[in-house]
Formats: sequence, structure tokens, C-alpha cells
Amino acid sequence: MLQNIISISLGAILINNFIFSQFLGCCPFLGCSNKVDTATGMGLAVVFVMGLASAICWVIDHYILIPLNLAFLETLAFILVIAALVQFVEMFLKKAVPSLYSALGIYLPLITTNCAVLGVVLLNVQNNYNFIESLTYGITGGLGFMLAIVLFASVRERVQFSEYPECFEGFPICLVSAALVAMAFMGFSGMKIF
Amino acid sequence: MNRKQQFKEGLITNNPVLVQQIGMCATMAITTTLFNGVGMGLSVLIILTCCNVVVAALRKIIPDEIRLAIFVVVIAGFVTIVDLLLQAFIPALSAALGVFIPLIVVNCIIIGRAEAFCQKNSVKDSFFDGIFQGLGYTCVLVIMCVFRELVGSGRFGGGLIDIANGFRFTLDGTGGGIQIFPSEYGMSIMNLPFGGFLTLGLLIGLMQYALKRSEKNRKEAERAAAEAAALKEVDD
Repeated sequence: MLQNIISISLGAILINNFIFSQFLGCCPFLGCSNKVDTATGMGLAVVFVMGLASAICWVIDHYILIPLNLAFLETLAFILVIAALVQFVEMFLKKAVPSLYSALGIYLPLITTNCAVLGVVLLNVQNNYNFIESLTYGITGGLGFMLAIVLFASVRERVQFSEYPECFEGFPICLVSAALVAMAFMGFSGMKIF
Repeated sequence: MNRKQQFKEGLITNNPVLVQQIGMCATMAITTTLFNGVGMGLSVLIILTCCNVVVAALRKIIPDEIRLAIFVVVIAGFVTIVDLLLQAFIPALSAALGVFIPLIVVNCIIIGRAEAFCQKNSVKDSFFDGIFQGLGYTCVLVIMCVFRELVGSGRFGGGLIDIANGFRFTLDGTGGGIQIFPSEYGMSIMNLPFGGFLTLGLLIGLMQYALKRSEKNRKEAERAAAEAAALKEVDD
């Protein structure tokens, strides 16, 4: 069991990193990686939402949808759960931690359309994970996202001061530098722990 | 609304991926063979057109405060339909695209078009908008697939074209494609995530270059025309 959890964690953070090897969550990854501070805040929020979403969706899937033979409604049910969850987190942060709330701004509601969140929930179902494994995969997947976005934010802060062709202004140069970071992450691929 | 204008916007001047720069996760993830690219592009086209029509038809009834939730439910419904149809009729495509078919729900292109276009336009315009934007998306996927497959493994049309027993199209994903040069000489890194990021980066860069160039040409032509008119006035 413990072995399983460690291998899931390392897989989600390094080997099959959500961004650099599965391409889940690229939009916020490119959108909010201007500064290391915002990237860290976004990463933390995603870790929280992904962990909670994995747990809640597992319960809903196993105690409501599967007993009622409604497994084909999974996508619909999960996206609604995630949307409600993000709304809830938003209200909670507004009341409890207003400083973080204002720092995240528009990106907080946008977590709903982050494909990493829906992706992790669907992958939990696809891989037949049990409750603990789902929760682990959710949290560590979020940590992998956070690692990627924070690393990339520091790369981008340097890219701003370098010279590149004018037509690569904006997204293209980000994508090309992300490609190089992805190449670094390829070093982990094929690594087997147990 | 002018259909020609809409067509040009969807394919070039307002292309969802290259100009609006949305919906990039799936674009980079699945463009490894032409089979995946065409399948994904057409799935998005169908879902986008259906959602556009429904949202435009309901645009006067949907309350403004909860419109996003309603859009998401509509989109999720159509995505589930397409997902189940693919599982039933083209299982190879469903297996190859995996989690990216249900993830069309959170593809920004669809919710973006619902929010930006269908809320304000008629059903007919929204229908054509769905088709043209979907075509624009499919074109980008096809270009990326062809490039990555050719450079990565020296093939064209993997999964879709079968030349083992005569030239034919297959839908079960077994076609080997046309081998243009031996795969050992290909840069196999283009088939990995690195290739996805790089190809899309280069493609958007190229697009920005072309758009800037045409803008410049247009301005120059306008200036030349204005100068000619001024000269003519002086002559008169």
C-alpha cells in the first residue's frame, strides 16, 4: 500500500508530470506564469482543488453513480462538482484569506476550466484507483503542476530580458522555452521505482 | 453576416489556436499521428457546432448570472454523446485519444465561442461560426500532425492511410501510413512532449509574422493610394 502510494506520488510529480508529459493544464500554466509569486499562489490553489475534487468525485462515483448505473454521466457530474467546489473555495478564501483572494484574482474562477482538475478525476476512474490512491494522485498531481509552473515562471522571468525575433513575442517564445523545460523533464521518463 | 468573412476569420484571421491562443492542451497532446489529429478535430467541430446552435437558440432565455453553468452543462451533454458514439463505432480513436475526449468539456474554444459569439448572434450565424471555427481548429491539428509525424518518424498519415494492400483509408487505427524516409532517421523527440511545445510555438510565431507582414503591406498600400490621390489632386 505504502509502496503504491510512493510510486503514484513520484509518478505524478516527476515522471508523468501533468504539464510536461501529459499536457494537462497548459492554459493556466502559460497564462499565470508571469511572476513567481502568482505562480506559487495558483499552484497552491490548484493543489487544494485537485485534492478535494479527487476525494469528492471518488465518493460520488462509487456511492451514487455506479450503484445507480449512471456511470455514463461521469463527465457531466464531475464538471458540476468541480464548478461548485471552485465557487466554494472562492467564497471561503474571500472571507478567510482576503489577501490570497485578491492576489489570485480572475485565475481563481478559471480553475474550473483547468483541464488538470477534470483530467485527474477522469484518470482516477480510468486507473481504478481506490479512495486513498485517488486522493494521493490528486494532491501529488497538483504538486507536480505547482513544481512545473513555479520552475517555468522563473525561466520566463529570465526570458523577458533576452533577445528573440519580434514575431515570437508573447506565447510563441513561452512555448519554445516550455519545450526546453519539457526536455529537461524527459530525463525522468522511463524511471521505474518499484 | 458575411459567410466569406466568417470563413476567413475561422481559418486565418481569428483562428482559435493560432490567433485567439486557446484550447492548446489537446492541440499539443494528441497531434502525434494524422489519425488522432483528424479524429479530434472533427469531434471538436461537431461538438462546437451543436453547442453553438443550442446556446444561440436559448440565448434569450438563459439568465445572465448563471450562463456559464448552463453552457458547461450543454457542452458536457454533447461531449458525452460524442464520447459514447466514438466508443461504440470508432473504438480505436476513442482508445488513442483517451482522456482527451471527455476533456473537450473544458476546452476553452467551445465555452469561448458560446460566450463571445453565440450570445449575441442568430442560430444560423452561430451554426456557421461553429463549422468554420471547428475547421480552423482541425486545420491546425492536421498541420501539426503532418509536421510532427514527418520529422519524428518519417511517415505521413499514420493510422489513417493503409498502403499494405493497396491504397485505402482505415478507421481502426492499424494503417501504417506512407513511409517517406526510414523511421531510424527521424528525430523521435518530435513525437514526445518536447515536439508538441516546439511545433506549436513555431506555428504561432509564423502566424504572428504573417499577420504582421500582411498588416504592414495593407498599410503601405493604403499610404500609396492616399499619395496617388493627393498627387492627382495637385495635378488637377
